[in-house]
Amino acid sequence: MKLSRVKKAFRDPYQMMLLMNDIKKFALSLLQVAIIIGVAYVILSPVITMFVNAISSNKDAVNPMVFIFPEAPTLERFALAAKRLEYWPTIAKNLLYVLSLTALQVLICSTVGYGFARFDFPFKKFLFGCVVVMIVIPSHTIMLPLYVTFREFDPMGLITAFLGGPINLMGGPWPMYVMSFFGCGLRAGLYIYIFNQFFRGLPKEIEEAAFVDGAGVWYTYFNIMLRNAMPAVITVTVFSIVWQFNDTFFSNLFLIGDDIVISKKISTLQAVIAGEDKILNPAIQELYVDAGILLILVPVVIIYLLLQRYFIEGVERSGIVG
Amino acid sequence: MKKKNRFKVSLQQRRVFAGYLFILPWFVGFLVFYVRSLIMTGQFAFSEMVIDTINGGYTLTPVGLENFRYAFLEHGTFKQVLTTSVTNMLVDVPLITFFSLFMAILLNKKFPGRFIVRAIFFLPIILNADAVTDVRALAEMMAGGSSGQAVEITESAAATLAFDVDYLINMFMNLGLPAKVLDYITQAVARINDIISLSGVQIIIFIAALQSIPSSMYEVAKMEGATGYETFWKITFPMVMPHIITNVVYTIVDSFTNSEVVTLARTTMDQYQYGLSAVFSLSSTIITCVILVAVCAFIQKKTFYYN
Repeated sequence: MKLSRVKKAFRDPYQMMLLMNDIKKFALSLLQVAIIIGVAYVILSPVITMFVNAISSNKDAVNPMVFIFPEAPTLERFALAAKRLEYWPTIAKNLLYVLSLTALQVLICSTVGYGFARFDFPFKKFLFGCVVVMIVIPSHTIMLPLYVTFREFDPMGLITAFLGGPINLMGGPWPMYVMSFFGCGLRAGLYIYIFNQFFRGLPKEIEEAAFVDGAGVWYTYFNIMLRNAMPAVITVTVFSIVWQFNDTFFSNLFLIGDDIVISKKISTLQAVIAGEDKILNPAIQELYVDAGILLILVPVVIIYLLLQRYFIEGVERSGIVG
Repeated sequence: MKKKNRFKVSLQQRRVFAGYLFILPWFVGFLVFYVRSLIMTGQFAFSEMVIDTINGGYTLTPVGLENFRYAFLEHGTFKQVLTTSVTNMLVDVPLITFFSLFMAILLNKKFPGRFIVRAIFFLPIILNADAVTDVRALAEMMAGGSSGQAVEITESAAATLAFDVDYLINMFMNLGLPAKVLDYITQAVARINDIISLSGVQIIIFIAALQSIPSSMYEVAKMEGATGYETFWKITFPMVMPHIITNVVYTIVDSFTNSEVVTLARTTMDQYQYGLSAVFSLSSTIITCVILVAVCAFIQKKTFYYN
């Protein structure tokens, strides 16, 4: 069939043009596929390497002939890494911490975003400018004052009045909760911005109908608008879970313990394995570290894969940009 | 009746009140955590701070510009770290922007398996955790000694397989391309890993932007016989132009928060030199803001706004 088409093309200049067009299209799409596969490989290669490392046995690790496929795969690395990381209790606590913060962030940031999107009040432009300032100012600028504030936590002298002195909130997750509750959590400015953009894109008629039917602003917001804002909610949820889970800046600043933040534990895993299990070959230690990293990434990847379909659709519809 | 009227608030006033209520939590937080903190950082920068570790609290002794003088004139690495951070950022921003625009255009097309591909492309946002990269770097560094042999073998194998890059570079040099441009491009290619891992969010923003372009525009262009090249420069590019600003801002802020200046400020803080740390933070923030304003003003001039 192809051949007959070529033959025809030589007789008819119009057919020739069509054929050339098709060939060009085919070549272009081939190029695109090549680029996509190449970039996808670059992204996935560290994961592949880590996975191969994590399942290869001691013999495979030193065998230069082994590439990608270990000869004697083993799951022992995962078992030991999980044991030394105290995986299950830590990851459960960590997920609880991350998910509760995410819920708080979504609730507060969506409320604030809605306030900016739908109400007119004096200084609105200026205040929204402050939200943008929040996005732009790197959080390390306010690092030291935050440290001081939470080390002697005493909002308006209230704590002194009741407990007789400021309390030290360092070393626990509480500073993060306080900041998230007041709409200043990790990248909260960006979330407010996303919600604001999304609510502005929803038709005003919904609220008018609700108002005519006698719904108050809060009822309208929680029962109607927030439910319609699902794409934005999912976008922010995914961002928030991922960034909160990966955050080292605030967990270091507030000295949050490694029983809550598992990514802190991974940094000591190598030393622990060297000390407790007497595995002194750094090349073998590295395999355990890789197994540990994979274990840590698993929950986020699962959450991400579950939400990603909605997430990308949500990004397309939520008008993440202006 | 009259008395009742006096206390009645109009609907508009009620909505103003409700609006303030909606943003109240954020407003309080902004005042306490941002405005107050910025003022405090300013204070620390101009004074010597001693934290009382036993009783809590701290004392400030004003020292004027001493901290600034020390940071810029005497400190061993600060200026160098600052300039490298700024130059790295200036190099990265155009690369990341164009790479992410390019990838977004590719991913925006409808092709089989695009959900899997998109899922892969947003993985860097997850994988780019600081803790993970640090640990891996450390483990590899420690392992470097013993498994060096294996690495050597793979490298020599790669050298025989890979084709000669120098030949290509020479060819372009002979064509008369300026050496600086070539240098920039080869460096970009060498750092493709970093660039890909830094452009996850930017790709998302660009995909959202591409989705918002009305398809009727492309139909018209096709009817009038525009080529793909023309369509890109006359429709796609101008339409995503406003989002380029968003992306540039995001990239600049992101690269500064991950830069070595922050690490330096943190280590200085851990060494109890609070005033100096505040100076580092403050000066890098001011420089970031100046760059942001300059870059935005520059792009804004060339930006076309559809609405």
